[in-house]
Amino acid sequence: MSDDNRHVTFICSKGNLDMAYPALIMGWAALGNGIDVTIFFTFWGLDLIRKDRVDHLEIAPVANTSMKMSMMGVPGNLGIPNIMGMLPGMTAFSTSLMKKKMEELDVPPVREYIEMLADAGAHLYACKMTVDMMDIKEEDFVDGVQGIVTAGDFMDMTAGSQIIFI
Amino acid sequence: MVTKEMLGLNIEVNEEGFMLDTSQWTPELAVEIAKAEGIELTDAHWQVINWCRQIAGVLGVSPTLRQITKGAGVSTKELFKLFPKGPAKKVAKIAGLGKPQGCV
Repeated sequence: MSDDNRHVTFICSKGNLDMAYPALIMGWAALGNGIDVTIFFTFWGLDLIRKDRVDHLEIAPVANTSMKMSMMGVPGNLGIPNIMGMLPGMTAFSTSLMKKKMEELDVPPVREYIEMLADAGAHLYACKMTVDMMDIKEEDFVDGVQGIVTAGDFMDMTAGSQIIFI
Repeated sequence: MVTKEMLGLNIEVNEEGFMLDTSQWTPELAVEIAKAEGIELTDAHWQVINWCRQIAGVLGVSPTLRQITKGAGVSTKELFKLFPKGPAKKVAKIAGLGKPQGCV
C-alpha cells in the first residue's frame, strides 16, 4: 500500500443480503480505479465472510417499506404487506427474487465477490470483539480474510483512509 | 477532445487519455501507450488485449473487469498483476477502446 495512493475503507456491519452488496460493489469499483481497499467486517457483517453463512444471506420483507417491485405481472409499486411478510416462506421468496435480479445483472454471489475482492488485492479483516462475542474462530472464515483485528488496530491500519460505514 | 502525438501520428483521445477512434489503433501504438502506463507488454498482456478488442467489436463497448476475468482466460489475480491499479481501464486504454462502463 503506497502512501500517496487513495485508500477507501468499508465497514460492513450488516448481514442482510441487500446490505452485503454496497461494500462489495463499491470496493470492486474502487479496485478497478486503482484505489487501495480495506474492508472491516463487524457484527452481523461477519456473515459475509463466514463459510457456513455466506451462501445463506437473506432479505426479509417485514418492515421493509422499500420492497416494492414488479411482481406477478403487476408493474411498479406493489409492496408486500407486513402481515403477508410474516408468513413462512416469505423471506425465502424475497431472497430468491433478489438473487435472481442480481444474477440477471451478472452480479456474482457474495462468496464469489469476496473471493474476487481478495484476489484483486483488497484487505479483509474481521472484528475481534464480535469474533469473541459470537465465539467464532479464524478457520470459520472464507479464504482471503487476512486476520482478526481490534478496533485500535483498525484505526492504525486506516490512517488517512476514507471510511464508509455500512 | 485532445490530439496526442504518438509514433508520429496525431491520435485523438479524450481528457482521460482513451482513444476516440479505434481505427487509429495499431499494435505498435499499444506498446507506446503501455510504456506510458509503465507496462512492458508480454504475451500474457497481448492475450488480454486481443480478447478485449475482439469482444468490444461484438459488444460495441469495452468489457468490464468481470467480463475480462470470465472470458479472457485470465484470473482476477493475474489480471491485477498484469495491469496493476485498474486493469479494465488500463487494458481499454492500451487496446484503443473507450472507458469501460458498468459496475461489475
